[in-house]
Amino acid sequence: MIEVKNLHKYFDKLEVLKGINEVIETNEVVCVIGPSGSGKSTFLRCLNLLEEPTKGDIVIDGVKINDPKLNINEVRQKMGMVFQSFNLFPHKTVLENITIAPIKVKGLSKDEADKIGRELLERVGLADKADAYPRSLSGGQKQRVAIARALAMKPEIMLFDEPTSALDPEMVGEVLEVMRELTHEGMTMVVVTHEMGFAREVAHRVLFMDGGYIVEQGSPSDIFDHPQNERTQSFLSKVL
Amino acid sequence: MLAKLLEMLGPGFDNFLVVIQKILTVGVWATLKVTVVALFFGVLIGLIACLCKMSKHIIPKAIATVYIEVIRGTPTLVQALFFYFGINGLLVSLSNGSLRMAPLFAGMVVCSLNSGAYVAEIFRAGIQSVDKGQMEAARSLGMPEKLAMREIIMPQAVRTILPSLGNEFIVLVKETSILAIIGVSEITRIGQIQASINYRTFSAYFGVAVAYFCLTFILSRLVNLLERRMAVSD
Repeated sequence: MIEVKNLHKYFDKLEVLKGINEVIETNEVVCVIGPSGSGKSTFLRCLNLLEEPTKGDIVIDGVKINDPKLNINEVRQKMGMVFQSFNLFPHKTVLENITIAPIKVKGLSKDEADKIGRELLERVGLADKADAYPRSLSGGQKQRVAIARALAMKPEIMLFDEPTSALDPEMVGEVLEVMRELTHEGMTMVVVTHEMGFAREVAHRVLFMDGGYIVEQGSPSDIFDHPQNERTQSFLSKVL
Repeated sequence: MLAKLLEMLGPGFDNFLVVIQKILTVGVWATLKVTVVALFFGVLIGLIACLCKMSKHIIPKAIATVYIEVIRGTPTLVQALFFYFGINGLLVSLSNGSLRMAPLFAGMVVCSLNSGAYVAEIFRAGIQSVDKGQMEAARSLGMPEKLAMREIIMPQAVRTILPSLGNEFIVLVKETSILAIIGVSEITRIGQIQASINYRTFSAYFGVAVAYFCLTFILSRLVNLLERRMAVSD
């Protein structure tokens, strides 16, 4: 369970998050939607402290993670993250991309890690690409490797930061399919996305953010079919 | 005039051969010793200085910044003079002559410190050229910062800076010629000595130039080879 309490984030003098209070339950799939600059990516990046909250607390399973005394690396092992720009390691093969963290961080043997890596590649449909370098992959393939890489640490929570926004349209489906399967396995997921169809289909709850606030939230049908807030209505009328 | 030139050519060529021979027996080894030591310590000092300069802590950052600025802001010739005649001179008079640096040692220190400052800036440019998403991805997998730096950032940085690093190595070979002024028996000094023996200055310094060119040419081929090998795995 992730509890976000009165989260504020400033970049210099610019206030990007203006007090977010939110609880994300275990096994819940939450999609975050909203216009550009609304703070949704910053909100997501605060959850694993890629951005340090200026004020407020992030509490995961009862542990306050933005405590300077806490070893953030251990917390991050339990949270996978997938980025818009993939961020695969270009000097490592696909398999090495997946196994480096299990080997170097968790101390798994190369054989154990390779086994996990190959299983994950099988799962995302890229078993034949194990020894390829990222540059030879398509965008959709890169993102599936990035998901496999995050899953290799056996995280309890997965964070997705616009995972399909940098993809050619014909590749969006294959990535969403992998994510869909994850939701079926009961993974706790927070997904910042512009894929409204995906959000409607898989989300248990949708958060609409604008101007640094969560303006409205509810089930997909509440948000998409009966939005209450004027800004939600205006945003959805433009994107749907 | 042409007749006179031809007349000079024979003894000139003989002198050229003598210079080359002396360079091969003495000078080139001193030059190579200084270069190899300065190359090694230059990269080591450069890496440390670069990490200090990028550090969040104020003290290492300040020390690294001052070091880099001072070295880059003063001529190598002056650094060699100051270090050998200034600092070493001070050392000699303070210890009543019992402590004294050999010119070769002083030359190695000067070149290492000099190269370190330039290498530090090269490393910094390389590290900053790596997309910041790489560090974020590594950290999001639970890697501590040092591990991410070593496994993810540095290998990519080194690949991009290899041409500038290779260039720095070639500059280093040439810069060691400055050590002639503090009396290191490297290539240039050998040429100077030979020229002062028989005043055949043209052939003496031509020999010196040929020797440097051969060294840097070999070095630049080696750097190219290394670059190509590293590009394969890319």
